[in-house]
Amino acid sequence: MLGSGILKGLAVTAKNFVGSYRSPERMVTVEYPEQRLPIPEAYRNFPFLVTENAEDPMGTLRCVACQICEKECPPQCIYIEKSKDKKPDATGKMQIYPAVFEIDTSVCMSCQICVEVCPFDAIKMDQVFEIAAGDRFTDLLLKREQLAKPNSYFHQIRPTEAEEVDTRLAAERKAAEEKAKAAAAAAAAKAAAAKAAATAAPTTKTADAPSADAPKPPPAA
Amino acid sequence: MTSPALSLFNAPFAALAIPGPTFLERAPLELRDWFVHLFPAPAQWLVHHLITIVAVLAVFGLFFAFLTIAERKLLGRLQNRLGPNRTGPFGFMQPFADAIKALTKEDVVPAAADKLLHFLAPVIVCSFALMTFAVLPFGRHLIPLELDAAVLYFFAAGAATELAIFMAGWSSRNKYSLLAAMRALAQLISYELPLLLTVVPVVMLTGTLSTQNIVLAQGGWWHGVIPHWHVFTPWGFAGFLIFLVAALAETNRSPFDSPEAESELIAGHLTEYSGFKYALFFMAEYFGMTALCGLGVTLFLGGWQAPSVYLQFIPSYVWFGLKLIAMILLLIWIRGTLLRLRIDQLMRLSWKLLVPLALINLLNAAFWFQAGELGGAFAIARWPVSIGLAVLPFIAFGRRLGRGLGPRTYRYAP
Repeated sequence: MLGSGILKGLAVTAKNFVGSYRSPERMVTVEYPEQRLPIPEAYRNFPFLVTENAEDPMGTLRCVACQICEKECPPQCIYIEKSKDKKPDATGKMQIYPAVFEIDTSVCMSCQICVEVCPFDAIKMDQVFEIAAGDRFTDLLLKREQLAKPNSYFHQIRPTEAEEVDTRLAAERKAAEEKAKAAAAAAAAKAAAAKAAATAAPTTKTADAPSADAPKPPPAA
Repeated sequence: MTSPALSLFNAPFAALAIPGPTFLERAPLELRDWFVHLFPAPAQWLVHHLITIVAVLAVFGLFFAFLTIAERKLLGRLQNRLGPNRTGPFGFMQPFADAIKALTKEDVVPAAADKLLHFLAPVIVCSFALMTFAVLPFGRHLIPLELDAAVLYFFAAGAATELAIFMAGWSSRNKYSLLAAMRALAQLISYELPLLLTVVPVVMLTGTLSTQNIVLAQGGWWHGVIPHWHVFTPWGFAGFLIFLVAALAETNRSPFDSPEAESELIAGHLTEYSGFKYALFFMAEYFGMTALCGLGVTLFLGGWQAPSVYLQFIPSYVWFGLKLIAMILLLIWIRGTLLRLRIDQLMRLSWKLLVPLALINLLNAAFWFQAGELGGAFAIARWPVSIGLAVLPFIAFGRRLGRGLGPRTYRYAP
């Protein structure tokens, strides 16, 4: 009959009305500033710079100011100035470091290309989304000091990726160390060989010299 | 200067013969009389009317403010949401925040608009909506203006808002606004007819156009509990339902809110309105809704009459308020449930269902009255006959309404 559908609909909304007070699980609203849903691990918005040590963020930046990200960035929101001097990085190796590293987040499009091209795992995507600011020219232009965040923070926001990066870096460092050790050993062996050769050289030289000259016939007898 | 009705109204309270008026029943009138008598005698009639206007504006202005927040909270709950809860305790300060927002917004007037009409349209729509409150009996003695042709006046003032809607569409000089205004006008005029036709039986049976007398005619109870309201008769119940549907359409309420369908028409005739003028249109809509609900309460739900003889100790204006709020809550419930109708469905509903049913209801009411006059067996036999006269046409016309309009088949959509 005409109107029975309306009555059914009214019953549904009446059930909703009563149910919204009786069973809280009906309510889908998350009251945002007080309640928050967990952010998925793959969520990304703006890049940050990884530092090894939280106590000394500027001293332990992984970034070596190679400027690949600056060149690759499609909207060109990264600005880097290389340092004139070198400082030891986290592993103690002397490296150039970024004297200026700035990201204009009002320009950044969150494409993650800087992260993909970075050979040092020095730049990663952050998950901070409450970034409203009063002045877009000053407050949204992030400086080196604001961008630097410790590796522990990276572990916190993206545990699987951080774990993988850490094992890879450790393996690379180990490989580098072994290579260095091997190189050192090789150099040492070479040096030793050179030394040995150096000590043996005079004899051979003296022996060789006449022999070399020997076939030469005297120009005039 | 003073008509008989006005002199009755101006008379001191003691002169009226009221059966056992309680203090609460008298309180608003005594307060008014005390205030009026602070002024010199020649100015008293003016003060008397001004204070009535101020009271209506204050009460229904606040009622409007809290109605908006109540509606939003209730709609939220009907859809398993929370509704506004940020401003003040439980969000109850939201209407004031909205008012400040509307007042401080820029008022944009199109360069090509008819400036005068564009300005006048919201003023007129709001003032005519407020004028309808003048003849509603809010209590046993609380009626701003006791007119003999009150129902006629109510519909005259109510229909004038249609003019303002067309003014809004025309003066915007926007072809879409104009089209939407014409559409709104078509809807409003179509539903004016069933609305008036449901009022006719009430006027016919009570023999008066005065709203106060219509309420008085619904006084009395069967065995002290079942009141003699019109809604408890078959023709009254059918009439009330038709009135309800027509009132929904007449006040642009969902599911008949296509004149200003926000999601589809960018608010129709209100497209070129912004800021406080836009807010005024909404205010007028809510005033119109409250006034029409008040008229529905007056005509069918016994006005300020108590539902039982034992509940008469509660003042009459409280009963009126409770019935008004209940009816408005019903409208909000319907808004939270039903979908918006297409314009052709909307027209079909009015002309092919409501108008014929309202005309049959008129005959039904006449039969009911005549059978009651004859008395005896007729007074008992009129019940099944009258119920049949109300239900059978509804079923018949309801079947015809959807004939040939089966479920729509979509050839290209999956």
